[in-house]
Amino acid sequence: MIMLVIALGIGILAVLVSALLGPKKATRAKLMAYESGNDPEHGGVGTGQRFPVHFYLVAMLFIVFDIETAFFFPLAVAYQKLVPFAFWEALTFVGLLLVGYYYILKKGVLEWT
Amino acid sequence: MPDWLAELLITLVKGVLVALALLTTFAYMTLIERRLLARMQIRYGPNRVGPGGLLQPLADAVKSIFKEDLRVTLADKLVYTLAPIVAIGMALTAFGGIPAGPAGSLFGEDPWVYHLDAGILALLALTSMGVYGIFLGGWASGSKYPILGGLRSSAQMISYELGMGLSILGLLMLVGSTSFISIVEWQAQNGWLLLFQSLGFALFIVSSFAEVNRTPFDLPEAEQELVAGYLTEYSAIKWALFQMAEYVNMITASAIMATLFFGGYRGPVFLEGLIPGISGWPIVWLVAKIAFFLFLFIWVRATLPRFRYDQLMRFGWKLLLPLALANTVMTAAYLAYGRGLGLWPLGLLSLAGLLLLLALSDRVRVLWNKPTGVRDAEGNLPARPVGGD
Repeated sequence: MIMLVIALGIGILAVLVSALLGPKKATRAKLMAYESGNDPEHGGVGTGQRFPVHFYLVAMLFIVFDIETAFFFPLAVAYQKLVPFAFWEALTFVGLLLVGYYYILKKGVLEWT
Repeated sequence: MPDWLAELLITLVKGVLVALALLTTFAYMTLIERRLLARMQIRYGPNRVGPGGLLQPLADAVKSIFKEDLRVTLADKLVYTLAPIVAIGMALTAFGGIPAGPAGSLFGEDPWVYHLDAGILALLALTSMGVYGIFLGGWASGSKYPILGGLRSSAQMISYELGMGLSILGLLMLVGSTSFISIVEWQAQNGWLLLFQSLGFALFIVSSFAEVNRTPFDLPEAEQELVAGYLTEYSAIKWALFQMAEYVNMITASAIMATLFFGGYRGPVFLEGLIPGISGWPIVWLVAKIAFFLFLFIWVRATLPRFRYDQLMRFGWKLLLPLALANTVMTAAYLAYGRGLGLWPLGLLSLAGLLLLLALSDRVRVLWNKPTGVRDAEGNLPARPVGGD
């Protein structure tokens, strides 16, 4: 907690110092977005640029598998007290997940073109 | 002075010290990296500013403070400024939980800023907060290259975070605790976890390379493809803050690897015969191990070409994830039924898994990949450019 305050403090301090000390001579050309020397076409925050659905799918899969990982952490820590029953339980869980994994594999979700 | 106030002050001093030490290490890391890369390419690195280039980081820092801080017209005002602060804040905070010695070994104080029983989980959570910094930075820039870099990096980092979390499960099963101190003490008794979890370590080191956006996984800032990715519209100190966050994350990743798999702050016991008490120099050993991994980061950067994006995702989802699960199940089965045999059979199994990883990673280009594309009249797939796969 204290570390977080210190760390954020250092970041804010650096930005403030730079804002105070740096030159400020902005021109219109300087403030244009970079697009390899061309005039930028539409762009900017919230102008409805479109992206491949792949990124969305990866995020969904991450949520599913990360929750799986979250279930595994307590099991791993308490594992040596629960064997061998916990082994078969964990195996069942992993097996169910592998069914889902096989499905997305065959559906081609993990294939980028 | 009441007790809580004294404790608060001590923690504050330790926190500031750790933050300053990290910033200094970052500054000199840039110098050392440039010098080493130069050496690897048979040329001299920066050696003009100060003796042997030692003042180069200072010159860079002063320059980046005095540069003009521009914000593109289309950028989001608040988020654009906030993103680098978030990135550096999370990066610096994550390091505070790493123990640099047993309790009370730093002039009677504990050599860590904060201690959590769920140390690894907290660390994983904090490093993954770094994704926000990078993605929001890319999004708020209001320009095309940054947003592409930000999207790529967020997809990459969350993919490899899975591998990171799963690859340490076997280790946690062996140790039975998530606090760094218990893990180090377990290794002091039973030997380095690298011996019993070499597959886990290999998966972990690959994921941490991807997690901190270093070559061969530095696609978010692939300068030849995307200009500079999420950094394109940043200048002056904000750019430096992102760079700083990357290097600090690198140092943290090295420290985690040293702590989890290489015995942390304890030196190897077999050296005891040479100089008595040598394994009890906590900070020296930790720093030596971190330096080793940092050197590895630089060495890899000078050696390996970058992955293409589809190869990267294929590697993460189709190789790293199943192998990490296999490692977990293997360790679990061993602990359930083979515990009486001692630990070395597990080490051998792990080594076999490592060989499997090496054999398969060469095939990552075509791993379980169905050829896509429309077949022509004779049923052939469209020709691919030679060497372009």
